[in-house]
Amino acid sequence: MAEKLQLQEVEVWDGNMAFAQAMRQAQIDVVAAYPITPSTPTVHGYAQFLADGYIDGEFVLVESEHAAMSGCVGAAAAGGRVATATSSQGFALMIEVLYQASGMRLPIVLGLVNRALASPLNVNGDHSDMYLGRDAGWIMIDAFNAQEAYDLMLMGFKIGEDLSVRLPVMINQDGFITSHTAQNVKPFSDEDAYNFIGEYKEVNPMLDFCKPVTYGAQTEEDWHFEFKARQQKALMDSLGVIKDTFAQFEKLSGRSYNPVESYMMEDAKVAIVALGSTVESAIQAAKDLREEEGIKAGVVAPRVIRPFPLLEIKEALKDVKAIATLDRSAPGGTLGMLFNEISAALYQNDNRPVINNYIYGLGGRDMTQENLKEIFRDIKRNADEGRLVTPLQQFSGLRGPKLSFFN
Amino acid sequence: MSKIIKNLKQFSTSNDRFEGAHLLCPGCAHSIIVRELLNCTDDNLVIANATGCLEVCTAVYPHTSWDASWIHIGFENAATAATGAEAMYKTLKKKGRLKDPDKPVKFVAFGGDGATYDIGFQFLSGAVERGHDFTYVCLDNEVYANTGGQRSSSTPRGSSTTTTPAGRVSYGNKKYKKDIVAIMAAHGAPYVAQVAPNKWKDMVKKYQKALATEGPVFINAMSACTTEWKFPADQTIDVSDLGTDSLVFPLYEIENGSKLTITYRPKNIVPVRDYLGVQGRFKHLFKKENEHIITQMQKDVDKKWEMLQRREEAGV
Repeated sequence: MAEKLQLQEVEVWDGNMAFAQAMRQAQIDVVAAYPITPSTPTVHGYAQFLADGYIDGEFVLVESEHAAMSGCVGAAAAGGRVATATSSQGFALMIEVLYQASGMRLPIVLGLVNRALASPLNVNGDHSDMYLGRDAGWIMIDAFNAQEAYDLMLMGFKIGEDLSVRLPVMINQDGFITSHTAQNVKPFSDEDAYNFIGEYKEVNPMLDFCKPVTYGAQTEEDWHFEFKARQQKALMDSLGVIKDTFAQFEKLSGRSYNPVESYMMEDAKVAIVALGSTVESAIQAAKDLREEEGIKAGVVAPRVIRPFPLLEIKEALKDVKAIATLDRSAPGGTLGMLFNEISAALYQNDNRPVINNYIYGLGGRDMTQENLKEIFRDIKRNADEGRLVTPLQQFSGLRGPKLSFFN
Repeated sequence: MSKIIKNLKQFSTSNDRFEGAHLLCPGCAHSIIVRELLNCTDDNLVIANATGCLEVCTAVYPHTSWDASWIHIGFENAATAATGAEAMYKTLKKKGRLKDPDKPVKFVAFGGDGATYDIGFQFLSGAVERGHDFTYVCLDNEVYANTGGQRSSSTPRGSSTTTTPAGRVSYGNKKYKKDIVAIMAAHGAPYVAQVAPNKWKDMVKKYQKALATEGPVFINAMSACTTEWKFPADQTIDVSDLGTDSLVFPLYEIENGSKLTITYRPKNIVPVRDYLGVQGRFKHLFKKENEHIITQMQKDVDKKWEMLQRREEAGV
């Protein structure tokens, strides 16, 4: 048996250590991993725990991220708790196998420390990798700070392994801004953390030889559609389990999580919708603008990205007059993902606010308080006019001439 | 535990864990190679299969030909799928969570030459380097058969394939076949061997040795392909006999990266041209302007056989 680790009531951890500690406490059976910045310290931390006797699962040091996810799939199909961590190019290399993991309904947990995708090569944080994976059939949850990275990593195992879900889960955090910034984190004891997640429940394990199983069969037009429909149903239905898990977690920790997080939205007239560490920055900007300029600003952040919490988005944004959707990923010739998806949700409402799109922070470019305030001021003008007076899409924080599209 | 099979009759009547109901071409050697492995042991088996002929012909939902635990992920990662499962087995054994802890479990991966020599090469190399306890069997038919007969890095020089067709100014594939056995032996794997389905006793003996070996094992199996090698479906064993008796496919094993043993010495070595002559893929080599390719192939085979014999004598 692995040794227990005594933790302080409050630890000073960065986001990577938060991931590594949660992975240790989950008593994972197999981790297959490959190093890549900025998620490497997650893997380093896990390796050190192993070297110090705090982990008794297998740690497979594979030769690529594609192999990391392939090893995870083989291990999970054999029957046990499995996880890994990666970023950026490594995540891109895994993509083929991400679809295999979800198609085989294997509850693998992936800690994704978000980083830009090359070219040009860039090690810093943006959400290109997260966005690349959004059709892969995984549950995708976003942490905005180190405490949340720890909490959500623990919850990830419980959600994915739930017998009514059985889907892989991706927990996102911002590269460097979250992953490498030391913050106060309140952990559980090892016992409480493990008891919260619970024992791994096997479903069709390959190591049960009384009932041999075939994983990864071929289907063509006769069955493929039905498999994919069932997978979509399981992913859509997982929102209920996610909410239940959030509720159980709150009872244990006092920390509240929701599929869509809302800040100062009770009386907000304008709102920013964002992901990652920008959420906390936007909250600060909203607070200041309320005091300094009397702008009734609020912030809405999808905690759960997949399954997309459409009804919760509709509810959270039903009373605002103008919205700025902030996408930290180059949109590749269209509007940003948040713009498209938030617009789709709000189109169902009678009250349709004015909504626009900002591309920002690519390759780790700082999102400053001044940028965020400027965005709030922009959308206040949209709210006051009751129509779009700003460009539909613009780049925030870009040097040189202003860049906007769909004007 | 190895199953003791004394003769062909006993072999042909033993229980099949690889069912005869599958979609492989009549005359395909894959099924012989795979069936013998599954039937040579009583141990529990976890099998990983790369994308390819074997995979698409044996697990079309809702059917399966496998009376063993089986997984297919992609074209390149059968070795990693097997070794991921092997890692899980080790953990569950350590944690006391196996249902039947006393019964041995063997991990086996199957891949074609495309999956092994080419797209899955890195994955195979990594899995062997990490020292997992598993056996990788390459079903070497020297071509991407499942996708329509394109060349792989196992395709021999002079072979006409759909991406290296013989033509007015070409004798077919210009590249030499990669020596995968030497490469895998160089990894220091405890056991590496080449087998052929016509020499089934030799093949089963090597399989049993492979499964009894602790650590990574690589086996390259000659798999005559009636469709792409272009010979009649009832001549698979005859063509395979010519392959081993001409020494185009010599049968040997290498232990611990160096100790080489030849396991089959043909009584009458047949010329390489006899082996080539029964296959449509080499038909064009018999044109006058291409005869030099056959001459060169014979020289290459002779040289390799000489090298194998010298290495065996030297014990290195």
